[in-house]
Amino acid sequence: MYGRKVKLRFFFITLILFTLILSVFLVLKSLEENVVYFKSPSDIQLISEVKNKKIRVGGMVKTDSIKITSNEVKFIITDFKNEINVSYSGLIPNLFSEGKGVVAEGYLKDKSFLEASKILAKHDENYMPPEVKAALEAK
Amino acid sequence: MIYSSIGYYSLIFGLIVSFPIFFYSIRNFRNEEVLDYKIITLSFTQLFLVVLSFLGLVLSFIYSDFSNETVFNNSHTTKPLFYKISGTWGNHEGSLLLWLLVLTFFIFLFLIKSKNLLKKYRILTVLFQQIIIIGFFVFLIKSSNPFNYIFPIPNEGLGLNPILQDPALAIHPPILYLGYVGSSIIFSSALAATTLNYISKTWAIHIKSWVLYSWIFLTLGILLGSIWAYYELGWGGFWFWDPVENVSLMPWLALTTLLHCILVLEKRSNLGSWAIILSIATFTLSMCGTFLVRSGILNSVHTFANDPERGLFILTFLFVLIFISLLIFFIFNKSDNQNSGSFFLLSKETSILINNWFMMYFLSVVLIGTLYPIFLDVVTSHKISIGPPFYHKLIIPFLIPFLIFMAIGSQLKWIKSGLEGKLYNVVFFLISLLISFYIIKNLDNNFLINTILIGSAFYLFLITIRDFFFKKFKSIAQNIAHFGFSLLILSILFNNFFSSELITNLKVGESFKNDRFEIIFNDLKKVQEKNYVSFEGNFSIKEKKNQDQFKPELRVYNQPNIITSEADIKTTFYTDKFITMNTVQNEEYFNIRYQIKPFMVWIWISVLLITSGGLISLFKKKYAK
Repeated sequence: MYGRKVKLRFFFITLILFTLILSVFLVLKSLEENVVYFKSPSDIQLISEVKNKKIRVGGMVKTDSIKITSNEVKFIITDFKNEINVSYSGLIPNLFSEGKGVVAEGYLKDKSFLEASKILAKHDENYMPPEVKAALEAK
Repeated sequence: MIYSSIGYYSLIFGLIVSFPIFFYSIRNFRNEEVLDYKIITLSFTQLFLVVLSFLGLVLSFIYSDFSNETVFNNSHTTKPLFYKISGTWGNHEGSLLLWLLVLTFFIFLFLIKSKNLLKKYRILTVLFQQIIIIGFFVFLIKSSNPFNYIFPIPNEGLGLNPILQDPALAIHPPILYLGYVGSSIIFSSALAATTLNYISKTWAIHIKSWVLYSWIFLTLGILLGSIWAYYELGWGGFWFWDPVENVSLMPWLALTTLLHCILVLEKRSNLGSWAIILSIATFTLSMCGTFLVRSGILNSVHTFANDPERGLFILTFLFVLIFISLLIFFIFNKSDNQNSGSFFLLSKETSILINNWFMMYFLSVVLIGTLYPIFLDVVTSHKISIGPPFYHKLIIPFLIPFLIFMAIGSQLKWIKSGLEGKLYNVVFFLISLLISFYIIKNLDNNFLINTILIGSAFYLFLITIRDFFFKKFKSIAQNIAHFGFSLLILSILFNNFFSSELITNLKVGESFKNDRFEIIFNDLKKVQEKNYVSFEGNFSIKEKKNQDQFKPELRVYNQPNIITSEADIKTTFYTDKFITMNTVQNEEYFNIRYQIKPFMVWIWISVLLITSGGLISLFKKKYAK
């Protein structure tokens, strides 16, 4: 009924549509699984249940809170309203210090304890991650 | 001070020169004569003025003229001369001036190099390029003037961020910009060619050299940035899927796609519209990269200022350019029907087209991963980040067909290809799978997909090696580039699978032992250098019977006050041994990270091979003339 060319074109269009839908689906699914939300210590207090999902927590490193041993570092992140304990073993960025902004990435054990797998490096002394700035301003 | 004034006024005169260029171009466009020589002269004048302006800034940096705000913010008298000069483009204003310099240089080069092409096409390209140039002039003069005067004149500058004081990073921006801005010529000429319905074989041959130029520089620029991140940031990786890296990868993907698409246009007069879309996309993505990086939306060492006015300007400019180009595309583009019926399923152009789609898919993944967090922040003010797993999950599986098509494509002929005598492909593929199976049989996670992935990479590897012997010099450029790509994928994968690391906190004199290594922190030496204090650690690392000495460093810069760690890396052909040391404030402990990274040096070598493929293609073209 239709010519070979029309059929071929129809076949290609279906193929393209199909791949498009498939890739959109894949991307969305992957996004949902791999997005890491940023929270301040106060946000964490508002969470109803602790999920086993990676998050980032940002704020200031509380003064006199860094405790270091040969295999881990413990410190407290505060937004001057609420605070959260962090334990971490891994690479420590040079600018990680008390009274400075920090972002820790990892899994929440409970509402007051984060097991971090990464501390984000910053590039200069005056720099503060915008998330931290926003979190500190929000209080 | 005098240099700043020269720089500033050259910039203004440079902008003024744009108007006669416009005037003569339009007048010349209507007449049927040859190209008016005045246009070339004026373009040269404009280039000269911008060079003068740039030199003005360079000299202000060299003589540490702190009455210039840019110099004050980014330089310091104790800085070595080399970094004073590289400081010129290590900041927002200077880097934009460099953009402008390259823009004007390229249009002048274009005018000289296109003598035997259609006059109208040359003039239109100049006009489109001038629109971009004027945009940058206005942007520089209005909101990012590199020659702002400050009074009273400070005695000392604020200094350049020490992690930028590095040879690789000093030449990274100019190289990268040559790539980025090269795409502006492709953009302007694609628009000109569309308007005149000049998308043809002649155009493809001409624009191919520009695509190659930009592609080579962009690749090298990304490579330099990556090498720098590897040894300077101390994380021991070469690619972090950081947004600032992604924005350079996106134009690269578009440009690579364009390069292959231009080949089809050259050989088969096909895919013309696709080539135009890609030309527009490449330049738009380059501009978009500049916008995202410079506006302060993305946070990184590249972000110089958080001035919303600047971001808004680039964004508006970007939208105007996209709007104009899409308008031109839809009004003037005549679909190239004459050939579209003759696409056979088994031909070189089909395999190129398929891989074009794959690259577009990779590009979309990177684009979504980069823009989605920004989008979400604006719309819902949720702050999120998207890490490497997202990209790995979406890109790695699709590398398998991508690699296979790359290998098969080179075995096929243009127009129509048969299956005769292609049995060796199957044999090669099976051999590759066996090799891959043998190599990773001890790894237990994701065994199936990894075997097939490494198998496909080996397949491409073997096929390209075979081609070196059978095809000799026929397609040597493509062969080297594809060989480099297979090597790149293999080194990245092996690097990923067989890396190992150890992180521990040690005091001076302590040691740490696990089942594989023993690290001994012998001592710490303090040395006063010109603009920093260096603390050099001395470590012995024992592994089985070998013992290595490492001397990583911590540098405490005084201006600005920053601590950086300098990794100590021992590179061999098989593996890199990488150690970094960091301080923890007010503690005696040092944070030590020791990594073994196999095949690291091959990642750089393979990228250089890919680039040399482009270089050969460029010279072959010259030679063929």
